[in-house]
Amino acid sequence: MIRTERLCKYFQSNGSEVRAVDGLDLEVREGEVFGFLGPNGAGKTTTVRILACLIGITKGRAWVNNLEVGQVDLKIRAQVGILTESPGLYERLSARRNLEIFANLYDVGDVPGQVEKYLRLLGLWERRDAEAGAFSKGMKQKLSVARALLHEPPVLFLDEPTSALDPEAAKTVRDFIETLRGQGRTIFLCTHNLDEAERLCDRIAVFRQKLIAVDTPEALRRQLFGRQTVVHLARHDERFAAAVRGLTDVKHVDVVTSDDGGGKLVISLNDPAAQNPGIVQTLVGQGAQVQFVNELRHSLEDVYLSLMQNGAAPGGGAQ
Amino acid sequence: MKKIRTIIGKEWADMRRNKLVFYVVVLVPLLMTAIPVVMLAIMGHVGVSQNDMNELGRMLDNPLFVDMSPIEAMQSVMASNMLVLFLIMPLMVPVTIASYSIVGEKISRSLEPLLATPITTTQLLLGKAFAAAAPGVVMTWLSYAVFLVFAYFFSVSTRVFGIFIDPMWLIAMFVLVPLLTVMAVAVGIIVSSRTSDPRAAEQLGSLIILPLMVLYIGAMAGFIMLNSTTFWLSSLITLLLDLGLGYFGVVLFQRETILTRWK
Repeated sequence: MIRTERLCKYFQSNGSEVRAVDGLDLEVREGEVFGFLGPNGAGKTTTVRILACLIGITKGRAWVNNLEVGQVDLKIRAQVGILTESPGLYERLSARRNLEIFANLYDVGDVPGQVEKYLRLLGLWERRDAEAGAFSKGMKQKLSVARALLHEPPVLFLDEPTSALDPEAAKTVRDFIETLRGQGRTIFLCTHNLDEAERLCDRIAVFRQKLIAVDTPEALRRQLFGRQTVVHLARHDERFAAAVRGLTDVKHVDVVTSDDGGGKLVISLNDPAAQNPGIVQTLVGQGAQVQFVNELRHSLEDVYLSLMQNGAAPGGGAQ
Repeated sequence: MKKIRTIIGKEWADMRRNKLVFYVVVLVPLLMTAIPVVMLAIMGHVGVSQNDMNELGRMLDNPLFVDMSPIEAMQSVMASNMLVLFLIMPLMVPVTIASYSIVGEKISRSLEPLLATPITTTQLLLGKAFAAAAPGVVMTWLSYAVFLVFAYFFSVSTRVFGIFIDPMWLIAMFVLVPLLTVMAVAVGIIVSSRTSDPRAAEQLGSLIILPLMVLYIGAMAGFIMLNSTTFWLSSLITLLLDLGLGYFGVVLFQRETILTRWK
């Protein structure tokens, strides 16, 4: 659906060359929500602008919906919806007028019908004749989401859709994006919000000028941190850790003690579902009082920071 | 055509709600119309001395003023020189509108979503150009109509009034005014697409008035004879400039530069 091959974008700044995107190879599958994560200045917006045919390519190639960027840009633009970081509305015009303008520019067949559909879907119908400038940030963002969807594009680029919103407005926009998942659209989501990426994205790419890693959040976790089980014990004893270390296929055991004499064993292993019963059995056999057993789940923030600092995990990650 | 019409409709709707632009479009032509009307009224009531006639000697060589009484000639000369004001009008109004048309969109950050639609640069610029040009032409013609009404009452004779609807004025109004408007719009859009500040764009665009000011001062000083030939020639030159500026307007409108270099 979206594909890039050694995509490069260089800018000239004060006589020197700035590499905004440098050799990006990416493949986004049809119908998936693809998170594009990276720090400020990583080249995320530049990538979106290239794919939306707003700026040219320095080197490499890119395809959107099987159409090559730079060859049939008008066709691509007609099949792409874009939500820019700021709403960019005509603030002196009404919400309805804003959408009518874009519906006409996108050659929408039933302009009043589509405008009404999206104003209602996003809860703006009652305020349809109010000036967009009088809207709250959340309402403006909802209106720009509606604008991006008016022509029912199969591909949607969302650039930081919730970055300037309060938690309530951000949740409304996120919920709406979630409803789009089921509609078969391919969504390319640039975000800083890792919880948002975790919740919405099928796969994520971590990017800083070059692609660092791409996979599902879960697979990246495994690649970077392996799988870990945490066993909470009522009382800590060094014998318990030693017994677990003696088991086959246990890679590593860390002990975390608490002031009340209790402790946790953080056990790195390959297959928690198969190995946990044996571990618990061993511990109980040693007289341990097992309180809880759960899987240690690293946050996407841990994954992101690890990738930013250390790059992709050996054998996995970047395509 | 639908996309061009959409851009025109958007520009006009936005313009109606932008008080600054709206006042420039409406008030400037009205004020500029008042000047020749007042001149005409005053000239109809002041005496003309031989000294005045000597000073106007060169201008009175114009065959238009032959057989006129001194007061008729004086009124005709002064009011005719005001024709240049009607030529400045279609420059000032569209330059203001056109200067805001690109820079204004960039400031409100609405340009990126607009450029992301399947609209070509030519369609976008044609829409913006027409939206800026039409009010300039219409306001100039309306001002001319208002001027004619007052001129009918303030002219000391029908011969003087006749000058304001002679071929020179008609060529100026119906040939040169639209051509000048197109030129002003093209300059406004070029400047506006290369500048990121609407005030700077407007000020730079306003420089287009300078050649006409030279014409105005030349006519007032009697160095330039305003007649049909002058205006046909000016129209031809303006047409050529329009074609060139239109071409460069499209070439110089770089979507990438506008999106990436403006902060």
